[in-house]
Amino acid sequence: MAPNADLISADLGAYLKLHEEKDLLRFIACGSVDDGKSTLIGRLLYESKALFEDQLSALETESKKFGTQGENLDFALLVDGLSAEREQGITIDVAYRFFSTDRRKFIVADTPGHEQYTRNMATGASTADLAILLIDARRGVLPQTRRHSLIVSMLGVKRVALAVNKMDLVDWSQARFEEIRREYEAFAADLGFTEIQAIPVSALRGDNIMIPSLATPWHDGPTLLGYLESVPVDSGLQALPFRMAVQRVARPNLDFRGFCGRIASGVVRPGDRVRAMPSGVESRVREIVVYRDSRPDAVAGESVTLTLEDEIDVSRGDVLCAVERPAEAADRFLTRLLWMAPEPLQPGRDYLLKIGTRTVTATIGAPRYKIDVNTQARLAAEKLELNEIGVCEALLDRAIAFERYDGSREMGGFILIDRLTNATIAMGLIDEPLNRPGVQPGQRVDRAARAGLKGQRPAALWITGPSAERGSELAQALERGLLARGRHSMSLAEEDLRGSGEEGFRAAVEALKLMADAGLIVVAALPSPRKAERLLARDRMAEGEFVEIFLEGLETGAGYEAPEAPEIRLEAAETSPDQAAARVLAFLEARRIIP
Amino acid sequence: MRKLTHLQRLEAESIHIFREVVAECENPVMLYSIGKDSAVLLHLALKAFWPGPPPFPLLHVDTGWKFREMIAFRDRMARELNLNLLVHMNPEGLAQGVGPFTHGSAVHTDVMKTQALKQALDAGGFDAAFGGARRDEEKSRAKERVFSFRSARHQWDPKNQRPELWSLYNARKARGESIRVFPLSNWTELDIWQYIHLEEIPIVPLYFAAKRPVVERDGALIMVDDERMPLRPGEEPELRSVRFRTLGCYPLTGAVESTATTLPEILQEMLLSTSSERQGRVIDRDSIGSMERKKQEGYF
Ligand SMILES: Nc1nc2c(ncn2[C@@H]2O[C@H](COP(=O)(O)OP(=O)(O)O)[C@@H](O)[C@H]2O)c(=O)[nH]1
Ligand SMILES: [Mg+2]
Repeated sequence: MAPNADLISADLGAYLKLHEEKDLLRFIACGSVDDGKSTLIGRLLYESKALFEDQLSALETESKKFGTQGENLDFALLVDGLSAEREQGITIDVAYRFFSTDRRKFIVADTPGHEQYTRNMATGASTADLAILLIDARRGVLPQTRRHSLIVSMLGVKRVALAVNKMDLVDWSQARFEEIRREYEAFAADLGFTEIQAIPVSALRGDNIMIPSLATPWHDGPTLLGYLESVPVDSGLQALPFRMAVQRVARPNLDFRGFCGRIASGVVRPGDRVRAMPSGVESRVREIVVYRDSRPDAVAGESVTLTLEDEIDVSRGDVLCAVERPAEAADRFLTRLLWMAPEPLQPGRDYLLKIGTRTVTATIGAPRYKIDVNTQARLAAEKLELNEIGVCEALLDRAIAFERYDGSREMGGFILIDRLTNATIAMGLIDEPLNRPGVQPGQRVDRAARAGLKGQRPAALWITGPSAERGSELAQALERGLLARGRHSMSLAEEDLRGSGEEGFRAAVEALKLMADAGLIVVAALPSPRKAERLLARDRMAEGEFVEIFLEGLETGAGYEAPEAPEIRLEAAETSPDQAAARVLAFLEARRIIP
Repeated sequence: MRKLTHLQRLEAESIHIFREVVAECENPVMLYSIGKDSAVLLHLALKAFWPGPPPFPLLHVDTGWKFREMIAFRDRMARELNLNLLVHMNPEGLAQGVGPFTHGSAVHTDVMKTQALKQALDAGGFDAAFGGARRDEEKSRAKERVFSFRSARHQWDPKNQRPELWSLYNARKARGESIRVFPLSNWTELDIWQYIHLEEIPIVPLYFAAKRPVVERDGALIMVDDERMPLRPGEEPELRSVRFRTLGCYPLTGAVESTATTLPEILQEMLLSTSSERQGRVIDRDSIGSMERKKQEGYF
């Protein structure tokens, strides 16, 4: 029975209006196996009165047969809808359930906790506005808690309700609750969540689900349902520039040619100029057709048909964009992948890549690294296995219009499809393009363009220190590291000096500048004991492109002038050449000289 | 900024799904079961392809035991909207006289619905079939993807569904395989009624209360729709004001007593009701997990 029975009886019109104007919140419940996700959702359905009597009586029967709660109702059985799930008492696939309160309609995805079903969990997370992360108060933060947090954060979920569950089994201990909360907040600090709301609950008993619990007088935050009802749902998509991927071209008769699609972002009105990407052809919107109506505008999220003033060549897969701020186009990307197939990623192999309404062929490179789901550390990897997350380059057979996933789920998220089995084998997010979009008419090819093609920014890595030998070891290690990341480098060493004294040094600095203009990352290990010499080199480079790396020596070296503020200082005893190189590479990443 | 209501969002999502299937599949068909969900499905298809007609036929799998008013409504809609309507009945089942009274509901449903559907899909060579199922209807439905794959033998493998991310649907399949597509996955019963109300979508009059001849049998009110229904000793059809929350084969569909003759009245009853719409369906009550099993065998 629906809530608000009084209003329904007294004034149906008012009630319907209320319900009609409700907004929609989609969320996901995740966390480790047995932390209580299914129970919690069953409880939410029950408390919000989304269940009918016949469903409740079926629940009683099933609770006796399969339940884990003796004579009590086992709410998990409400959501675990597959026979295998009920028999094994686990969740295998994501289930979508629906309920509403007087303020909001909710779609909730209950997700499996087992690592082997991570891809089903990602399915649920991809459409979620918010995540409830469950933690069993007795067990605290577990590896699956971390894995799920990483995946929801990767998918762009910004708000997390941290439901510390089974508080009834830890005597409602505030100390335990705070301990878990602190542990989780420390872990999640780098995940980019804008809000983490911790709530002590018992899904089984219903404490702090809808009604504040008497057992937690120390909790001054909201109940779970209270929180879900009050978080803002506006996606902000309408404020972004207009984008619509064309799904199909409707040609019902000779007089009508309409472009059908769902608006990914922004607003469109008749008369607006649009540009089709990646082709770049432009026209003006004549009419917005929605069934029998001609509309004055349409906004993000709506499915529409647009007719244009000109007969331009636009087809499925093209993206219509606001002319003032069109989407970029590129054919090489740095992407984050979640591998979803039992067969691992085979670097260099071709896969189909579907993004928006376009399907292209993509070659996926060897992972630059994979991400440890527990520590978020970057690990070396040659392939990606089932449920692993890694960063790879994708090279497409043609350019596509796109947005970075951070800015648009619709224009920056893609799937990889196996050509032979047709299976969806990976989920991917565009982090950034690796080359410049198509050449503009009259464009000047400059150092930024040349470097962009190489997926990097020009730089001079100037190694200095009293020991020439250690300098050249580091230079070699650095170039190896850059090569491994697919970056383009060049070295400049003592034997490259033409002429002697100041004249020879100046010539080398000019060569350095020319190489940087070619878009290269130059690793220079030249003798430059004087500050003035290094300043000379620094002055020839642009702001932020000169990186002075000071290798401190054990002995000072006669006549050597140590730099006061090098970009990087490496202590003598501290590091091997490879460790030192890793530190420099991390610095280059932070400076966005390399991706 | 214009805020979209949840119904507007649901509508946009459904239309997007319709268009993806038409763009990516060779030969789609829409299952038309004449009920309220089919009415909404049809309305959304009209919207998705306007000003053209839906670029696929409608298929009704007729068991021979549908309410007469349903058939009349079906034919009227096909005529008025100029629809390409295919009707299929299992010829072997028909020849053997399979029916719910003689063979029981399980055999009847299997032969006249599940097998008949497979025959019709195979005969038409359809590689995608739209259906009006909703996730809120039943627990195994709640688990199903929007694009749900079927083997060449129409089997569903619930433990091995494709990941379905964002609104990116992978419609690729091998020869012989097909997809069942559910554009109404995220709609609830209330959403359906509210949308019918707002959009003034025509529905079968059986949804509205009227005096109809019914008998009480095994706890359900069964309408005596024609003379094929054998009456048990002591059963006497009586005229009662009833309506139906879901429609199917008349011997297997229970009525509810009601006086609701308008959509707002139906909505009001629905909102205050304490039982789910599936309660009236005899087929689901056979056993726990029966729907999942039927679906694995090819039932929609
Ligand atoms: N005591 C207690 N038990 C709970 C609570 N929540 C869930 N459980 C039990 O924990 C077990 C796992 O719950 P379930 O919902 O299936 O976990 P899931 O794997 O996260 O979906 C079941 O036996 C539940 O009854 C709670 O708040 N308190
Ligand atoms: Mg579960």
